[in-house]
Amino acid sequence: MIPAAFEYQRPSSLDEAVRLLADSGDDAKLLAGGHSLLPLMKLRLAAPSMLIDIGRLRDLSYISDAGDTVTIGALTRHHEVETSALLKAQVPLLAHATSQVGDPQVRHRGTIGGSIAHGDPASDLPAVCLALRATFTVVGPNGSRQIPADDFFRGFLETALSADEILTEISVPKVPDAGWSFQKFNRRAQDWAIVGVAAVHNGSTGVGLVNMASVPVRAAAVEDAIAAGSSAAEAATHASDGLDPPADLNASQEYRRHLAEVLVRRALQEAGAP
Amino acid sequence: MTGAGTFVGNHSPEGMAHAVFVRSPLAHGEVRSVETGDARRAPGVLGVWTADDLGVAPFHGFMVLNEACARPPLAAGKVRFVGEPVAVVVAETRAQAVDAAELVEVDYEPLPPAIDPEDALAPGASLQFEKLGSNLAAGVRSTGEDPLTGASRVVRLRMVNQRIAVVPMEGNAILAVPGADGDGYDLTVYVSTQMPHGFAAALARILGLDAARLRVIAPHVGGGFGGKAGAAAEHVVVVATSIALGRPVAWVETRSENLLSMQGRGQVDYIEMGFDDDAKITGMRARVVGDAGAYAGFGGALALGPTRMMAQGVYRIPAVAYDVAAALTNTTPMGAFRGAGRPEAAAFLERVMDLAADELGVDPVDLRRRNLIDGDAFPYTTRMGTTYDSGDYARALDQAVRLAGYEELRAEQSARRARGERIALGIGVAVYVEVTAGGGGKEFGAVTIDADGGATIRVGTSGHGQGHATSFAMIVADRLGIPMDRIRFVQSDTALVPRGGGTGGSRSLQIGGNAVRAAAEEVWLRARDLAAEELEADPGDIVATDDGRVGVAGVPARALTWSALAGLAEGAGAGPLAAEVDFAQAAATFPFGAHVAVVEVDLDTGAVVPLRHVAVDDCGRILNPMIVAGQQHGGIAQGMAQALWEEMVYDADGNPLTATLADYGMPSAAEMPSFEASNTETPTPLNPLGAKGIGESGTIGSTPAVHNAVVDALSHLGVRHVEMPCTPERVWRAIKETEAAGGRQPDTSVWREPPAFFAELPTPDAAGRPEAADVDI
Ligand SMILES: Cc1cc2nc3c(=O)[nH]c(=O)nc-3n(C[C@H](O)[C@H](O)[C@H](O)COP(=O)(O)OP(=O)(O)OC[C@H]3O[C@@H](n4cnc5c(N)ncnc54)[C@H](O)[C@@H]3O)c2cc1C
Repeated sequence: MIPAAFEYQRPSSLDEAVRLLADSGDDAKLLAGGHSLLPLMKLRLAAPSMLIDIGRLRDLSYISDAGDTVTIGALTRHHEVETSALLKAQVPLLAHATSQVGDPQVRHRGTIGGSIAHGDPASDLPAVCLALRATFTVVGPNGSRQIPADDFFRGFLETALSADEILTEISVPKVPDAGWSFQKFNRRAQDWAIVGVAAVHNGSTGVGLVNMASVPVRAAAVEDAIAAGSSAAEAATHASDGLDPPADLNASQEYRRHLAEVLVRRALQEAGAP
Repeated sequence: MTGAGTFVGNHSPEGMAHAVFVRSPLAHGEVRSVETGDARRAPGVLGVWTADDLGVAPFHGFMVLNEACARPPLAAGKVRFVGEPVAVVVAETRAQAVDAAELVEVDYEPLPPAIDPEDALAPGASLQFEKLGSNLAAGVRSTGEDPLTGASRVVRLRMVNQRIAVVPMEGNAILAVPGADGDGYDLTVYVSTQMPHGFAAALARILGLDAARLRVIAPHVGGGFGGKAGAAAEHVVVVATSIALGRPVAWVETRSENLLSMQGRGQVDYIEMGFDDDAKITGMRARVVGDAGAYAGFGGALALGPTRMMAQGVYRIPAVAYDVAAALTNTTPMGAFRGAGRPEAAAFLERVMDLAADELGVDPVDLRRRNLIDGDAFPYTTRMGTTYDSGDYARALDQAVRLAGYEELRAEQSARRARGERIALGIGVAVYVEVTAGGGGKEFGAVTIDADGGATIRVGTSGHGQGHATSFAMIVADRLGIPMDRIRFVQSDTALVPRGGGTGGSRSLQIGGNAVRAAAEEVWLRARDLAAEELEADPGDIVATDDGRVGVAGVPARALTWSALAGLAEGAGAGPLAAEVDFAQAAATFPFGAHVAVVEVDLDTGAVVPLRHVAVDDCGRILNPMIVAGQQHGGIAQGMAQALWEEMVYDADGNPLTATLADYGMPSAAEMPSFEASNTETPTPLNPLGAKGIGESGTIGSTPAVHNAVVDALSHLGVRHVEMPCTPERVWRAIKETEAAGGRQPDTSVWREPPAFFAELPTPDAAGRPEAADVDI
């Protein structure tokens, strides 16, 4: 319960953070809300030599109207996302899904950027970003670049971020009139999802899956089936096509596949797919 | 919450050092070498000890299941479960101790483990104690006639009563402060325990200390639930190192350590129940395996003790055979958890009754009514030789059924089924009887009138959240008329209370409370005589007045304050106005009750949502209804948790997979329905208060009620049994296998022939009776 010793730096600007990160070598870690990183450190499953605490970079905490999209600073706490009037009106799926993350304590500390950058397949928000076709802005020593959610999640806890880059912004298309659903299946209210499904349905359909692979994934086969005119129930039978879901204490692979089908069906129906 | 509590972890005397344990990552292995040099040289380290350095002989920290399985406080030669301490590091700060502990290098040679208790007793199993020649810690088989002879129907069930973790809010914690304190003690130990006097005796015995010069204090204790009885290995080590260093040493368990240190239940039950054509029970045969874990943890003995004692439950059963084996496994030594062996009996009886109701086509409530022991049959001695003091089981069942609206619930269930709804309703019933204050309970209680006219209670029980200060003060206030806020309450300190049995087995009010009651009575009689003399009145006319004095009935002017009476007593030369009593209860008492649980089951996902829980618990005469309700609520929550969420899981190699609260499924208030708790009151004739215990009842009734409700929700599909905890995946699998089998769950999910080892267990005359079989916790 006591982490290994580490150095600690608290930059006061994004530039300084980028510089520190570049100078500190591979063993440095950014610290945002700390709610994924610190538990790993306390169990000594992670032992970074340096923590660069970006948690107080207020410039990176915002929710803004940017025309067709809403942009969210990476350091925005879950609580702010969950209660944002702008998001509730324009991207209700994101606001609602965020309200299902952990418990109030977690939501007052954890950040949307940390959730995305950690790349945990069991996290709720990556699946939501995939369903919504979000775009991420990252900044490094060579400037900034944009990465679509689809290209971001690479492997277990592995993303397209390179070691010297910082995720700064999440941009989500407005979908005020779309049907949507977030199905989180867990055993206890504050648990992570055993399986989760995020769905939006308007002109096109987006379906993201929680905990159905070693990375956050889109249920592409389901989306294709809906596009090809399948009913929700038919499309849902493709929920785990091509996926190799994990097996753990809460669910075997077989049960996860079954849950994915049930939850995708419910999500599509709730989102208004026929 | 005021933040004013003083738990062990809140103490930090001058010079306090911190202990951290190096623990085995293997379930079973030889310890080839322990390299401590780097750790000893690490910053802040005061000392590192292995078994050889410590030199404390193997011991039994609580009651003994098998003498040959004594445990060395640090693993000696072999490790026998994951988490067993192999070395201890003591350093100036906790962080230094944690860092240094990582530098201790242990060379292990893995041995094959025995994890499952049935496998552990099979031929060829890897032996934990080679000298024993098997992993049987204790066992006995019945020799009488087959109790199933003549039955027209026999219902058979194999069920697992899974191992669960105790999870008190505060784990183990100890602070040992060596050195003369000026009051005649050489060593003061602050420890989170249910039984400070028992702890002191164990510690003195294990470390060869002079018990008279050892002071043990249980400050605020954050829950016990059976997990804090006796001296743990780590306790002994911490005290030994503090004596060696001559410095205070503290150890406060982490949550993951706690999940591996306090575990209970863990039985496999093979139950066969015979019925006649009227659905009346003709006999029962039970074969039970208790998992004792490593070092023959005393919890393994519960199958031989309380589970056996309560095996007949609330039913008339003309013949019972009970065979039992306690197995050594390479897992955490088994201890007690709320109910300690009695919930296991109620669980298998109530599950098999529901299975029987299903197979005989009788309503579960009706089947129970046909078989309950009659209300006028008490005292009643069962086939197990247990004598129930008082009871009225049908009354509790009737009340629970009425409060639940059983008929309406059944009607709604049928309607949902008729509509083909995918959210099914399940109704589960359980009737239970349990035993409290077993083992010949005796307790110290004292009442002293203080010079200021208040009173001080001293008692040998050791409350840790049960509200003893309130209940016991009520008893004294009732008798003496001294207001509750003038009554002080002293417990849990061996320097201030001369002896005590502590708190466990729901014993405190009925034994400790009666001791206090008797002491208050004695004080009253003395006060009455003093007042009569002083006021020149007849003792028969002296009463406690409404304004908290003692005076002549109906003459307000002629009364004395308690302060004045205390002075009179001193003046009369007869010592302080006080009394000390050791109250003994002739036998155990048997609380009982009936629970009805209502759940919804999502037939597509297998998810279970508890909707309602009706509990009618009878704990004899009630002193404080709010405290009784509090015990019912906490008990129901923990019992429901076993039915639906909690399980301590080990993989085949003996690695614990549920060693954090993220993985171990302890629920929170968010998962619980609102509880409908009420009571019937059937006093016990065995003590003046008429009280039985209530601490464990809620847990005992709720687990089978909820478990039955889940299976009941699925019964129309042909599902007959689901193992606990009834997780979504287990429920889904039961539905699936039943559908695949054409609408009747395969027999293999309900019963299989018990393993062969039962037939080879010793007969009663050949089997010794382990001390721990009489455990009273
Ligand atoms: C009890 C508990 C329950 C939880 N339940 C849920 C749940 O149900 N659903 C869910 O989705 N999540 C859950 N979480 C996780 C929570 O949402 C985390 O806060 C979140 O995943 C990580 O955000 P953070 O700001 O805390 O990141 P941190 O822990 O600070 O960082 C996580 C990782 O991301 C990196 N990082 C952080 N910010 C950036 C950035 N801007 N750029 C680049 N790298 C960055 C860090 O270096 C680190 O490697 C739970 C956490 C806890 C403790």
